[in-house]
Amino acid sequence: MAAPERVSAGAEVRLQGLTKLFGPVVAVSDVSITVPAGSFFTLLGPSGSGKTTTLMMVAGFVHPSRGSIAIDGIDVAALPPQKRDLGMVFQSYAVFPHLTVAENIAFPLEVRKVSAADIRRRVGEVLELVRLTGYERRLPRQLSGGEQQRVALARALVFHPRVLLMDEPLGALDKKLRGHMQGELKRIQRHLHVTVIYVTHDQEEALTMSDRVAVMRGGRTEQVGTPAELYESPVSPFVADFVGESNFLDGLVVSTNPDGSAVVRAEGGLELRGVSREPLQVGQRVVAAVRPEKIVPQEARDSELNRGKGVVDQVVYVGDATRYAVALGAAGTLTVKVQNRLASRPLAIGDLVELAWDAGDTRLFARAVP
Amino acid sequence: MKVDGIALVTAPATAADRRETRQYLLLLLPALLTLGAFFVYPLFGILLRSIYKNGYTLESYRQVVGTSVYLMVIALTFRTAAVVTLIALLLGYPLAYVLATVRPRLARVLVVIVVLPFLTSIIVRTYAWMVLLGRNGVVNHYLQALGLTDGPLRLLYNQAGVVVGMTYVLLPFMVLTLASAMRGIDPALLRAAHSLGASRWQAFRRIFLPLSTPGIAGGTLLVFILSLGFFITPALMGGPSDVMIAMLIEREVEFTLNWSFASTLAVILLLLTLVGFAVYYRLMRLERLFEGLG
Repeated sequence: MAAPERVSAGAEVRLQGLTKLFGPVVAVSDVSITVPAGSFFTLLGPSGSGKTTTLMMVAGFVHPSRGSIAIDGIDVAALPPQKRDLGMVFQSYAVFPHLTVAENIAFPLEVRKVSAADIRRRVGEVLELVRLTGYERRLPRQLSGGEQQRVALARALVFHPRVLLMDEPLGALDKKLRGHMQGELKRIQRHLHVTVIYVTHDQEEALTMSDRVAVMRGGRTEQVGTPAELYESPVSPFVADFVGESNFLDGLVVSTNPDGSAVVRAEGGLELRGVSREPLQVGQRVVAAVRPEKIVPQEARDSELNRGKGVVDQVVYVGDATRYAVALGAAGTLTVKVQNRLASRPLAIGDLVELAWDAGDTRLFARAVP
Repeated sequence: MKVDGIALVTAPATAADRRETRQYLLLLLPALLTLGAFFVYPLFGILLRSIYKNGYTLESYRQVVGTSVYLMVIALTFRTAAVVTLIALLLGYPLAYVLATVRPRLARVLVVIVVLPFLTSIIVRTYAWMVLLGRNGVVNHYLQALGLTDGPLRLLYNQAGVVVGMTYVLLPFMVLTLASAMRGIDPALLRAAHSLGASRWQAFRRIFLPLSTPGIAGGTLLVFILSLGFFITPALMGGPSDVMIAMLIEREVEFTLNWSFASTLAVILLLLTLVGFAVYYRLMRLERLFEGLG
């Protein structure tokens, strides 16, 4: 970066018991999250999970029914959006269509009565940061979606907010451009040390960009953790399914070990070893989750491995890998993902195959008693 | 990346292209016939009649330009139209703003209320205003009861009466045009402005107002042009000196039977309106309105 950008240290954002009711509908329920200063924090969830409502409460567009929002320890719940000094990037970009790129970016500085010379300098700097130098005099309708998004980002950063809120900012871009913009966002965030609260329903986006992720479901936070924690040790089948992808097998606990592992008998007599976060009892109904790429089609001799015999039902070539659906009889069908290497022998539909996977990669979740 | 001004590559027209063009023209024919029969032909007739009186002559035009009364009537017509347009804009803008920003269900109710007067006869509405504004009308009654005036005010049969009556009749045109333009403004833009630190007034002044200019342009143009040709309301609510050009035309047609002169007045009104439109077009950059761009 050639232009010396003033480093604006990010602020810590602390949500405490945040709740929003729309009439009888609970949109957000008792959300308590601490976003460390300067970190990239993502609210991840399906539509209707309350992630956008939570963000809108932080921004000030939605008033919480209960709970507090503190930025660097100062409660902002009573402040209107324009007094919170937060940058915000909207899903629809919300670039002012009647103003040029430079005028759009100058807007937050003008309403703050920054001098014209300073405005010119800072607009130039931030345009360089988002790599749009030379676009000053263009109108938004002369820009592509990705360029408009950069303008929206520049506009939200130019006044050095300590927190940047982003509501599915890349949702309208195509896959390739989205990947590129993800990298750009991370680069800018690291450069400015700004705290980012990012809303998305795209788990891949959440995993690649975030320092920490809160998985939301039905207005609650299901799990908060680093991407690796969410992926490797999900707390619930929902997280195991929503973050990444999992195979699920129903079963009963037949024995438990003091180290937290247990043996489970699935439908059709298949015996599995797995690990659980909570202690399980013999006879308890559980769900075992295992990720498709953890399963290897091979002759398993190691007794520590889980094994299953099945018939290849479906073969889907996805470029870097091949996905197989393998029917295990009464236990169900497992999805298996195998990296495509020259050495790997491709399977065909109807092939008999033995599958093996590590007990440590098998997460056991107690099923709610019906 | 989009590039401004894409170069159009035109291939030489082939016989097939020309046939296709002919087919499109054929499809346009009904519309062209309707336009010709009901708009172009009568207009041409008026134009012809204005310069024909026992032979082609510009006598009528000379008479209009040379008579101060006619020039005064034209000036008064434009002035009245301008005043009515301005008041309609000032009254209509807040109303349209409410209409465009409230919840959809409430907005529908409000639109019905705004449009409802259209369903009653303009004559009935004008007479209603005459009852309200008369010497012993409701307005004067309350003004005196509240002690705001000593005697009854003259609200009728003068310029004030004309302006009140016309503004009332034309207000819905202004409101509906403004509201439809305002509804096209993405509410996220205002939220964005607030998130960037703009107060409500700054967001309105810098974002909403500029984006509503196509509506202002459309609404004022519509009301102004309708005002120029207004007849019933000024005829009933105006005084003897509040003659508008449409009333003059009516007089020529009905009483003096000087159709040639009536046509001349109509052509002059049309030309002045077109000149006004052209100036306005340049000033307000109306092409944006027709492009449908905010």
